[in-house]
Amino acid sequence: MGNRKKIENIIVNTLQELNKQLPQEQQLDQSTKTVIFGIDSKLDSLGLVNLLVLLEQNIEDEFDVSITIANERAMSQKHSPFRTSESLADYIEMLLHEKSND
Amino acid sequence: MKSQMIDKPVMIITGTRKGIGKYLAEYYIEKGFIVIGSSRGDNGFKMNNYNHYCLDVTDEISVKNMFSEIRKKYGRLDICINNAGIASMNHILLTPFKSAYDIINTNFIGTFLFCREAGKIMKNNGYGRIVNFTSVGTKLKIEGEAIYTASKAAVENLTEVLSREYSDFGITVNAIGPTPIKTDLIRSVPKEKIENITKRLAIQRLTENKDISNVIDFFLKKESNFITGQIIHLGGA
Repeated sequence: MGNRKKIENIIVNTLQELNKQLPQEQQLDQSTKTVIFGIDSKLDSLGLVNLLVLLEQNIEDEFDVSITIANERAMSQKHSPFRTSESLADYIEMLLHEKSND
Repeated sequence: MKSQMIDKPVMIITGTRKGIGKYLAEYYIEKGFIVIGSSRGDNGFKMNNYNHYCLDVTDEISVKNMFSEIRKKYGRLDICINNAGIASMNHILLTPFKSAYDIINTNFIGTFLFCREAGKIMKNNGYGRIVNFTSVGTKLKIEGEAIYTASKAAVENLTEVLSREYSDFGITVNAIGPTPIKTDLIRSVPKEKIENITKRLAIQRLTENKDISNVIDFFLKKESNFITGQIIHLGGA
């Protein structure tokens, strides 16, 4: 399985993991198109924190690499990489690629 | 690979090579904890249920790698005691930039990094106790300790804010502020200066190691789950 597919699977599984901690009305779709961050998202700020921390740990478990998703670059981008699960997958793929070139 | 959770409580203590950190490591191993210690240099001692990491608490990559290994090896982190700290006494007009930078970096940024990474593991289990180290200096406004005291004031504010940010995760965050204690930290401070500090306390004596473990024991108790964001200064400072 390619890295991209693995990342997408991790995101979907992490959303599933997060949903178990959330009340019914805040639970998210588990797909590559899920809206994570922004006015159309059901997640509150604490939910986003939980999701990103779980994702960092699940990425670390799968790839044996430690990354910081909420880094300076993510915070300063005009379009947040946390908008959807797809943009998040793009961002994580880029971070892993950079890490492998270190 | 998902980690297995072990049955003994796991504790991190920074700055365990000597002084208060070493005392706390020995004390809590005796009480049945698994202790993970850290210091910049090799600690020079081996104990059962003790693992040591040689790292600089301000090095984000090393710190993250340490926490990653702890999560994978133990599957839990119950307690984080941020003891590592450095000091340097100088009039502000004679304080080198590098000295100020290093003090803020170790005392504040190091504490921040460990609080952040500890919180990530602790929240998984909905439980955690973080204890930070401040100083009598934040209360007594001691001349010659401007940068050190500023770094500890930052730690106090960090402690208070984190207590709120972490409350939903079952994590308490508190701090202890010892008075001078016989460690390397005050080795170069003149005796009269130390006496002047202790004279300003309600109870006029140096801190002893057991005074510190007593307060930490209180913060760590299961029953202390309603105690957070508190700064306990020893000696009535």
